[in-house]
Amino acid sequence: MGAMLRLGILGGTFVCLTAFVPLRAADVALPPAATAKIEFARDIEPLLAKRCYACHGPQQQMSGLRLDQNDAALKGGAAGKDIVPGKSADSRLIHRVAGVDNKFMPPMGAHLTAAEVGLLRAWIDQGVEWTARAPHWSFQKIQRPAPPAVRNTKWARNAIDNFILARLDKEGIAPSPEAPKLTLLRRVSLDITGLPPTPEQVRDFMGDARPDAYERMVDRLLDSPHYGEKWARYWLDLARYADSDGYEKDRARPWAWRYRHWVIDALNRDLPFDQFTTQQLAGDLLPQRNLDTLVATGFNRNTLTNREGGTDPEQFRDEQVLDRAATLGTVWMGLTVGCAQCHNHKYDPISQKEFYQLTAYFNTQEEVNVQAPLPGELGPYLTAKPEFDLKKQALLAEYKIPENLVDYEAKLRDSALHPGTHDDWDFAYGEFTHTVDNARKVLFLDPAKRTELQRNAMLDVFLGSCGNLYGKEYCDALKIAELRTKLSELNAKLPPVSYAPVLIENDTPPKTYIHVKGDWRERGDEVQPGTLAVLPPMPARETGRLGLARWLVSPEHPLTSRVAVNRLWQEVFGRGIVFTSEDFGTQGDRPTHPELLDWLASEYIQRGWSTKQMIRLMVTSAAYRQSSKARPELAAKDPDNLLLARQSRLRLPAELIRDESLYAAGLLDLRIGGRSVRPPQPKGVAELSYNGSVKWEESTGPDRYRRGLYILFQRTVPYPQLMSFDAPSASLSCSRRERTDTPLQALNLMNDPVFFEASQALAFRIMREASGGFRQRLNHAFAITLAREPSQREAERLGKFFDETSRRLTANPQTVPALFPNQLEGVPQAEAAAWVELSRVLLNLDEFITRD
Amino acid sequence: MDLEQFRRIQSRRKFFRDCAGGIGTIALAQMLEQDARAAAVEQNPLAPRKAHFPAKAKNIIFMFMEGGPSQIDLFDPKPELQKWHGKPLPAELTKDLRLAFTKPNAAVLGSPRIFTPHGQSGTEFSDFIPNIGSCADDLCLVRSMFTDAFNHHPGQLMLFGGSIQVGRPTMGAWTLYGLGSESQNLPGFVVLSSGVGTSGGTSNWSSGYLPSTYQGVVFRSAGDPVLYLSNPPGVTREMQRAELDVLKDLNEEHYTNTGDMEIASRISSYELGFRMQMAAPELLDFSKESPETLAMYGVNEDPTKQFATNCLLARRMVERGVRFVMLNHASWDDHTDLNRKLKTHCDVADKPTGALIKDLKQRGLLENTLVVWGGEFGRTPMCEIRNPRDANNAGRDHHPLAYSLFMAGGGIKGGTVVGKTDDLCMNVVEDKVHVHDLQATLLHCLGLDHTRLTVHHMGRDFRLTDVEGKVVQKMLA
Repeated sequence: MGAMLRLGILGGTFVCLTAFVPLRAADVALPPAATAKIEFARDIEPLLAKRCYACHGPQQQMSGLRLDQNDAALKGGAAGKDIVPGKSADSRLIHRVAGVDNKFMPPMGAHLTAAEVGLLRAWIDQGVEWTARAPHWSFQKIQRPAPPAVRNTKWARNAIDNFILARLDKEGIAPSPEAPKLTLLRRVSLDITGLPPTPEQVRDFMGDARPDAYERMVDRLLDSPHYGEKWARYWLDLARYADSDGYEKDRARPWAWRYRHWVIDALNRDLPFDQFTTQQLAGDLLPQRNLDTLVATGFNRNTLTNREGGTDPEQFRDEQVLDRAATLGTVWMGLTVGCAQCHNHKYDPISQKEFYQLTAYFNTQEEVNVQAPLPGELGPYLTAKPEFDLKKQALLAEYKIPENLVDYEAKLRDSALHPGTHDDWDFAYGEFTHTVDNARKVLFLDPAKRTELQRNAMLDVFLGSCGNLYGKEYCDALKIAELRTKLSELNAKLPPVSYAPVLIENDTPPKTYIHVKGDWRERGDEVQPGTLAVLPPMPARETGRLGLARWLVSPEHPLTSRVAVNRLWQEVFGRGIVFTSEDFGTQGDRPTHPELLDWLASEYIQRGWSTKQMIRLMVTSAAYRQSSKARPELAAKDPDNLLLARQSRLRLPAELIRDESLYAAGLLDLRIGGRSVRPPQPKGVAELSYNGSVKWEESTGPDRYRRGLYILFQRTVPYPQLMSFDAPSASLSCSRRERTDTPLQALNLMNDPVFFEASQALAFRIMREASGGFRQRLNHAFAITLAREPSQREAERLGKFFDETSRRLTANPQTVPALFPNQLEGVPQAEAAAWVELSRVLLNLDEFITRD
Repeated sequence: MDLEQFRRIQSRRKFFRDCAGGIGTIALAQMLEQDARAAAVEQNPLAPRKAHFPAKAKNIIFMFMEGGPSQIDLFDPKPELQKWHGKPLPAELTKDLRLAFTKPNAAVLGSPRIFTPHGQSGTEFSDFIPNIGSCADDLCLVRSMFTDAFNHHPGQLMLFGGSIQVGRPTMGAWTLYGLGSESQNLPGFVVLSSGVGTSGGTSNWSSGYLPSTYQGVVFRSAGDPVLYLSNPPGVTREMQRAELDVLKDLNEEHYTNTGDMEIASRISSYELGFRMQMAAPELLDFSKESPETLAMYGVNEDPTKQFATNCLLARRMVERGVRFVMLNHASWDDHTDLNRKLKTHCDVADKPTGALIKDLKQRGLLENTLVVWGGEFGRTPMCEIRNPRDANNAGRDHHPLAYSLFMAGGGIKGGTVVGKTDDLCMNVVEDKVHVHDLQATLLHCLGLDHTRLTVHHMGRDFRLTDVEGKVVQKMLA
């Protein structure tokens, strides 16, 4: 009667009764025990951690059962022993996970698979081996494993391949052959620059017979300034970059682009990742700080801002601080530290206190916009400024603004100090706090000590909303509308100077407290800045945010390099070695190639954190260069291509689909960096914003054709094409985009005027650049769009389509001018229109929007 | 396929788009292996799926009255307020009260509205909403709603995403994720809007960290009803079809070269897009609706025109299998000039709302369509005066502690009132219903267990009801 229950600590009649009822395990077919020798750390501990610890782990022990410690697990819970060593069929743990009597553990989420139950059974049958718990793999020191020896030494091109091939050897799978040269060229061009090769580049590459022609091309691509544009995108996803505040008001952030510009530039000059890190987290504190490193701190200015009337600014400042700590976890450590906002992390060794220690680094920061002139701006500005100041002062004096402003500020201060005395003042004060940055602080600052930006903000808020406080009649009497017109005329004459949103240390820093149950209003203990106990300690000489940044990129840190290099891998292979690139904790996926990940992580550090070198290493590997053709024999064995016995086909991200279409059309504006743009979008999109307050003023000229990453990202009403193709919403850090496939995407590419214009321009280009018959032109069209020649079948099918279309257009000539409004010498307009239709087909091909 | 299996497939990130065998798949199937086709259908994220348990409702029409309609003037009569009119509330009632604009000691604003009982059930409704009142016996009026947020955007995120954080999947997306779509030609989650834009905007119908397949598709009132639905100028329907044919042939050609199943999926998406181009104009064409129906909604008259059109569209959508219709009307945020503004809103919304419920009922659609009507919070018993120089412009501030909304149809018990507030409508005193409870109940009516409808993200399982929510039995038929 090994299945007899022992009396648990509860005792009592009910338990006594049940205690003598044998479990009916024998009646139920349990999944068979696994036959292999069980290794606790490898086979069991991760399973328990993932599925059981939330309720039976360090944080809580439901029914008194604790499964993360040997003794406690063997002792069992309130109802007695749950594990009977040597007898898995009699162990309640097994009954529960197998669903005996239809009672399942865990109660939420998927049931354990038969294989998982089998592992647990084998573990119990083999005597409940419990090796001292090794730290979770990602917390362990990064090793530098030697690349394993492989039989097929000719295949491997660099160390990456040894790791990949060794694993394939083990599974008895041969790698795929190298992709055709042209496929490879298009693949690597898209992966490095986000643009396909031009017909000239195709010709050059095909004509280059040198053995290292491919590597030379990779180097050329890495040197292209478009590299920075392509690779900025994934980092901007992580940085939750947007051009507006988010939330109801969603006010524009006209200078957000300065940070984006910094990222593109930093990537292009291959700023080593350790400096890339320290500048973004602590560019204001570096000994060698300058305007550039200050602009880098814009990373954390991308948090959302809530300016909705009636909200408490402190609540949303607090949200920003928590988001900065959570984002630090996701971006640099692949840890979901934000899960510890309300309680200790349920799965990973992160206490609630530690989370708030991390927030303490960010709680002392203050948002400011600093003057950050662009090249050429400062001279004209400084020359004109003195005269401008005099004129402005005179104008303000003429309208008696200074004395009125004094009264206005006094009333606001009164409301701040004595709320509830004057309702109308309170309303005006509330609105004031949402209009001016750091409003309360500025209000109480001696006007002589205010920066020019702060002085202007106070003036603007007075001119813009003094009616809130005094009523409309008062403002009318001051002739404020008239003054505002004159001021804007005056401002227009001053040569502009640019600003940048940055973060600096607050000179009156608030204290940081644990939020009880995550509620910002419930203050718990005060905490000091600090990191996670599970990770190597920060050296004593390091302090503050700069110390935090340096600690992250110290060679001892087990996470930063692994997490960073995994994301580079994700960009070029479509999926990380750790699939959950945002979560390296116990709930994340384990690496498919742990040794390779470690080797790459150590290589990154050894190569001085050079991102370009790591990308070069990856894209020149034989693994990368394989064909992406599906292998039916692997469909069942490796459906997700985890073993990399081939490359993967990847649908291009939203921005690149648009870029590629405009590029093929010859429309894409290739200037690097700069302000955000508003390409045409249908009426009614921006109007969905709160009160229709977002105005989408279409960009003109070449700005309409800038690359997708420059499209102004308005958080509440983002550009539709970006959203249909899975761009993230920029509300939280995003480490991994989805790749969906929807009918709205089809409608978008078929019918959006932007893509239709691209088809028209592509037709125009084909007509102009290729002379001769249909086949010559088709060849050129294929070279532009797909970097290859059409097959015979393709040419025939398209030829048939072209003839049909031409016939149709001849029969319905009235549709021709709408399709092709231009006149080209020597080309009948109907023929050109047929080419527009054919171009639409090419730009909608699966192959065109996919990296093969 | 159960949800777990579905989720696993999802995690393999294979998103097949065919709606249970469209033209694309049928044509392509001739060249694909049998098992591959089965996979394509099985792995379609929009394929209709079995609920956790038998459902009462198949569809939801969520009539979102953005801004917070005043329950005191519409649904929850409080004669006691007249006695307090112009005086501050007792201090013990307003202790620790935090409101958006109003101070706790603000004067009470009695309601001038006249409430009368309606129907067999005798539920009282305000004189501003006679048409809604006339549906009383089909309605479950909840007078005991409360929420955690007292500002619009956080409140709307709470209502639709279950948390004040931006970025969560929303109710419509969860519904589609749980049940799939019944429509072959229309999106499963549609958003209709009238009035001004909402504070939450797209975040109210976002798919969050569910695949974007599940996000709400906005049906627009001007221009293309769905973005990019019309062909470009000069492209006839015949030409569009010819293009799709050649596109399919070339894509199939590439499939033979690559063996990538995603290509089958893309072909299906293009075919469904084309079917939408055909189906949407039919949906929008009211010419087959009787003059009585059009008049009942008020489609051809002011001021109901816009809202009535959306209500009628909502009915036509559920008829055609659209799973979740979100019908936004903004904004009921009457901080000032409440009496005049509320009349204007009701003149717009009352008649079409009543018509929609009656129309659904007479067509037998109400049985499996769940209609919800309400906002993200209610309004205070105290008055808000923004301009002391204009005595007639009193309004009410946001009130998260006690508010009303109503439901009708699939799974809901008609002619009932759930919950009670105190005499001053400050707090709920009976049967408190948190928005998480509402969400749990709505999912329950759809046959979904809110604790089991989860998605794994950032290391844990997330659900619409966060970590709370219980099904409110009193609302159920």
